[in-house]
Amino acid sequence: MSIDNMELRDRYWQKTRNLTIFVLALWVFFSLIIPAMVGTLNSMTFLGFPLGFYMIAQGSLIAFVVIIWFQNWRQDAIDDEFGFGEES
Amino acid sequence: MALIQGRFLDNIGRVYGIYTGGFLGFIILMAILEQLGVGADTIGILFVAFTIAIYAVIGWLSRTMEVDAYYVAGRQVPAVYNGMATAADWMSGASFVALAGGIYFGGYGYMAFIIGWTGGYVLVNSLMAPYLRKFGCYTVPDYIGTRYGGNLARFCAVVVLVVASFTYVTAQINATGTIAARALHIPFSVGVWFGLLGILLCSMLGGMRAVTWTQVAQYIVLIIAYLVPVIWMSNAQGFGIIPHFTYGEAAANMSQFEAQYGLNPPAEAVAGLSVLTTPHTGPVGEYAEWKFVTLALVMMCGTASLPHILMRYFTTPSVRSARRSVAWSLLFIFLLYFTAPALATLTKLQLLDPSLPTAIIGKPFAEVASLAWIQNWSSVGFLAIADQNGDGILQLNEFFMRPDIVVLATPEIAGLPYVISGLVAAGGMAAAMSTADGLLLAIANALSHDLYYKMIDPKADTSVRLIVARVLLVGIGALGALIASLQLTGILGAVAWAFCFAASGLFFPLMLGVWWKRANRQGAVAGMVIGFIAGTSYLFYVYGGGTPWFGLDHLRFGIVGMAASLVSMVAVTLMTPAPDEEIQRMVDDTRVPVGPPILAAKH
Repeated sequence: MSIDNMELRDRYWQKTRNLTIFVLALWVFFSLIIPAMVGTLNSMTFLGFPLGFYMIAQGSLIAFVVIIWFQNWRQDAIDDEFGFGEES
Repeated sequence: MALIQGRFLDNIGRVYGIYTGGFLGFIILMAILEQLGVGADTIGILFVAFTIAIYAVIGWLSRTMEVDAYYVAGRQVPAVYNGMATAADWMSGASFVALAGGIYFGGYGYMAFIIGWTGGYVLVNSLMAPYLRKFGCYTVPDYIGTRYGGNLARFCAVVVLVVASFTYVTAQINATGTIAARALHIPFSVGVWFGLLGILLCSMLGGMRAVTWTQVAQYIVLIIAYLVPVIWMSNAQGFGIIPHFTYGEAAANMSQFEAQYGLNPPAEAVAGLSVLTTPHTGPVGEYAEWKFVTLALVMMCGTASLPHILMRYFTTPSVRSARRSVAWSLLFIFLLYFTAPALATLTKLQLLDPSLPTAIIGKPFAEVASLAWIQNWSSVGFLAIADQNGDGILQLNEFFMRPDIVVLATPEIAGLPYVISGLVAAGGMAAAMSTADGLLLAIANALSHDLYYKMIDPKADTSVRLIVARVLLVGIGALGALIASLQLTGILGAVAWAFCFAASGLFFPLMLGVWWKRANRQGAVAGMVIGFIAGTSYLFYVYGGGTPWFGLDHLRFGIVGMAASLVSMVAVTLMTPAPDEEIQRMVDDTRVPVGPPILAAKH
């Protein structure tokens, strides 16, 4: 497939953008919304931790790692689908 | 040289495997020497000297006179190793030495740094790194200058880069000086120059290639030095084999001890030392959540615009491997960052929980005053105890400590052998040196490539360019050491400022350059200039004693800068004509991972 095909590129970019927006929504949830709710979440426990404290000390960090690996997995699939996945 | 490089890259796993084994062997050797009665001072000196010698050898072996190797390590660093190098580049003296202590004293509010310094990588991965790698630039201003066109935009980017990175690098040289001074028993002002010498040995001859391979070596040292004491302590004190998953009870019980001893300010404060007054696990006070969220946000956007991090992703062979290497970077960073809260919690528990033999709070004052670690650290003024209410018992608000020493003192509090303290010193040195390397290189490269080669003398030939780059590296390093030796700012404050500067000036011009095709030169220049000036003015206003707006203090001035940057960039762009056909095509090409890079391989 040609990389000069503009229509193809547009569809590729649309998919890439949708994936990015989804990833950023998850990012906002774990990095901004969860920390703002720590006081409330602390009334619950998880593995013996107060839940809110657990989230900012470990939970959100694990989520970030998973989000990036997930995004790369999906993005690779999109690249391959459009024939843009070749190592240049 | 090309042949050796090829063979090195084929054997890279084995080379670093042997290196790691050698380092572990060295630790065991030191432990044996300690048993044989070799003094603590000698062991500390051996640890620091041995590791620096290794970095210097790597720096010497990676020397180069090729532009591509000097600026981007020949673009052939495998994703995993680039991840390690980025992690070392990223985790500074502040992360290594100060983070756990910050959590110990700051609790919830301080943990915004943990979220900010990890979550930022989601932004790096989704908004920046793959696209900048596709672009094929050598430096971050190189991208700004080509995407928006014109020397003015390039120049603005250079200014923001230099201010942000220089603020950061003085803090790192300060940290290397502090550790060198303590480990080698030399005055701080000499330690600073000694630290600089080590840093330059790693970077001067081989540029990015040398820095990359030394940073991988430094990552291995620093992560071992951070994890071993925590896991050892946890086992020695019976908190479980891997403390990270078992300290929940400790965190949950903390509020009970806080209530028992009371979180009260001291009757009489001791200058430069802190008393525990903040609860461990939850928000407290007005704006607590808002402060957390704004600090985390500005640290994350700063992460995604700090040039010494972004330029690491220019060294990978492809766009896909750039993305992969962001994922590895975060995983390697995560290992340290999720250990820091565990370390802070366990150290605090050891001091507070009366059922543990290490507890000091609530114990008779005379008994505590006779402990060896209390005496060692008080004698250098980093710790103090004072029976201010005269009841003969050490209360929580009578125990004063400098937050920075929590990591360094923990092995002693837990009664671990001195070899662990030597290891921690070597790790702190590795963390501070690797970050200083990356920052100095980012500044020197921006000045030599963007200012000298692209703007002043575009006809300069390769050898002249590389000599200019090295002279600048030494000059800037010396200036940094000079300013560091004056000790104008604390380590942590300077680091947070660097993130705020970068976020104010560079975040939106970089991000919108990829994601908004309409963004043009006038808008980008306005975004950089107005964002940077607004942020800096607000910093002066708050730091000079002005009332913060909505609790945005001097650590968070980047929020103001970023808002100004976004508004002015969008407004000016919309008021001026759209960029021409060629630029628009450039943006289209940036977005596709295949095809030739925008900038030719050697430019």
